[in-house]
Amino acid sequence: MLKKTPLGQVLGLGSAKAGTEHWWHQRVTAIAGIPLVIFLVGYLLVHRGASRAEIVASMHNPIVAILMVLTVFNLVWHMRLGLQVVIEDYVHTDHTKYALLLINTFFAVVMVVAALYAILKMSIGL
Amino acid sequence: MADTRNAGRPLSPHLQVYKKSLTMTLSIVHRITGVALSAGTLLLVWWLTAAATSDQYFDFVQAVFGSWIGKLVLFGFTWALIHHTLGGIRHLVWDVGRGFELKDVEMGARLTLAGSIILTVIVWAISLGVS
Repeated sequence: MLKKTPLGQVLGLGSAKAGTEHWWHQRVTAIAGIPLVIFLVGYLLVHRGASRAEIVASMHNPIVAILMVLTVFNLVWHMRLGLQVVIEDYVHTDHTKYALLLINTFFAVVMVVAALYAILKMSIGL
Repeated sequence: MADTRNAGRPLSPHLQVYKKSLTMTLSIVHRITGVALSAGTLLLVWWLTAAATSDQYFDFVQAVFGSWIGKLVLFGFTWALIHHTLGGIRHLVWDVGRGFELKDVEMGARLTLAGSIILTVIVWAISLGVS
């Protein structure tokens, strides 16, 4: 027997049992993405044609390294949420859908960890 | 699945019966640029890991991005990123309940499209011209 009242069971949760969290995270990462995209485009413009030593040196600046980590983390989070919606919208065969959703999550995690490793290595390693 | 039951039943209007509009096109483009930018993320992470690896590997990646086809691809991603960002701002305006009047929706679509093209050209003018 469920101990919760019918109202308590559904409060704040939709059919996905996650309420508005997905929608909200999409918006939070969208807003955060605006300044971070400006940073990313600016950084790439400033460092166009730079040597590897210059890129590594730029990452020694903690503000640049932290902003780059935030940029990749935010973009990848936003990407995972967006691709999830696209998969759920167009793929209606369960096993294919869940396989793609898993790949989507794995792809996002690999991207974040690889970028984090690269940025940290340049920033505090080498 | 739908045809096995009553194929003759009235159906909701489907995508192909609507007259194409700018707002509809931009909605589709917003989704396409979003999906495409996932590949752009992969390129960004590739570039970052190359910079953290070795001079030879970084030079190789820079040569790929610096080739004419590499530049063309990066030009496309620049436009996709700017278009998706401006389109995202448009969605955020709707999220706070503003800009739903037809003329505002139409104006937003035109501004997004024009803005994305102008900003992309500016970014590449800086990138190619001043280097």
